[in-house]
Amino acid sequence: MPPILELIGLRKRFGALDALADVSLSVAPGELVFVLGPSGSGKSTMLRCCNLLERPDEGAVVLEGRDIAARGVDLDAARKRIGMVFQAFNLYPHLSALANVTLALRKALRLPRAEAEARGMAALDRVGLADKARNMPGQLSGGQQQRVAIARAMALEPAVMLFDEPTSALDPELVDEVLAVMRELRAAGMTMLVVSHEMRFARAAADRVVFMDRGAVVEQGPPERIFEAPRSERLRAFLSRRA
Amino acid sequence: MGFADAFLDMAVIARYAPSILSGMGVTLALAVLIVLAGTAAGLALACLRATGSRRLSIPIVIFADVFRALPPLALILLAYFGLPNVGVSLSSFMVLFTVLALVLAAFAEEIFWAGIAATPKGQWEAARSTGLGFRSTLLWVVLPQAARMAVAPLTNRAIAITKMTALGTVIGVPDILNQATTAVSFSGDASPLTLAALAYVAIFLPLVIASRRLERRFQWRRL
Repeated sequence: MPPILELIGLRKRFGALDALADVSLSVAPGELVFVLGPSGSGKSTMLRCCNLLERPDEGAVVLEGRDIAARGVDLDAARKRIGMVFQAFNLYPHLSALANVTLALRKALRLPRAEAEARGMAALDRVGLADKARNMPGQLSGGQQQRVAIARAMALEPAVMLFDEPTSALDPELVDEVLAVMRELRAAGMTMLVVSHEMRFARAAADRVVFMDRGAVVEQGPPERIFEAPRSERLRAFLSRRA
Repeated sequence: MGFADAFLDMAVIARYAPSILSGMGVTLALAVLIVLAGTAAGLALACLRATGSRRLSIPIVIFADVFRALPPLALILLAYFGLPNVGVSLSSFMVLFTVLALVLAAFAEEIFWAGIAATPKGQWEAARSTGLGFRSTLLWVVLPQAARMAVAPLTNRAIAITKMTALGTVIGVPDILNQATTAVSFSGDASPLTLAALAYVAIFLPLVIASRRLERRFQWRRL
């Protein structure tokens, strides 16, 4: 099957820093690709290049067969096909949970209100928060906020979802509820690219683990292989520090 | 002559109450028009500045800085006595309205801009990542948050600037203060000024109270 998302030769410099030095990666339909690496390894930059929140200096971002990093591409249209979940949730604080989910449905997909709300409620139901639809973000726990953020991204029915350290800002006891939602998404066949430090989740749910360091993909493979038999010295060192 | 004679002569107050009342109408009309036009213009300018275009933002910043720096009285005199020389003849009412609306617009632009700039980058990113364009993001995500931050400083500034309608007295706008000083010259008694003070309180105290309620309403629980 052709990949849903393919990164080809991405390069990105921030001043003197090579954030991405020739990164290529492809994600197949229904695949959960888990990206790990030390901080500053470029994994978040790579993820943010996937929906052009960060524009790569060089390289292609091929979404469903089309390079969306090329000039003249309608980015707003492309981004409707790519959901993103952020470390800091980034819920709109002035809108209820439901309105957070329906805003893009109404203003980007231009669905009528009733249809947007039905779809929004269905998305909130899938993350187990239908009863919090009218709550404001400030009235929700961190875990609940992140689940609303997942519902917001999911409601657009994207081709692929990006997760940028989705549990890093959460208290430990709230991590599992978010991971459980991500597992369900995976079971439902969602294609996911996840940057995270949750190794247990990677072992249990990832199809493939990608290890990045210094702006490059160092090693990738199935989780058992990556965690049990790391080939590169850098990955071994990284795993031993984490163990 | 006692205090009551000087400031609270009932006969004088009764005689000049109608003209003070008509002055209240003028002051109130000016205040409402200045707040509406100044706030709307300031908001529009802040939105243009948010596009990030230097060609737009440089003139906006210059306008905002000049109109915040100059004393409104100087601007009023300049416009009233200067503009006719270049063929623009505005009534004293229009001069006062235009100058104060522009001054409020300059402050409002800075206040809204501060709110837009203070809205976290993550809000833009979250909205843009769902396919919302720049304008939709500004309108539905950023401005509602910026406006909440702007309410308190903006109402303060709006009250301060609408009170400056009293400056219109120097170019003959028949506002409260003008009516009162005219009455003082005719009656030789300060009581009309007492009435003027009461008239200002009657207009601006409700405004101050309303702004407090507005500020409370626009609070929402932060993350």
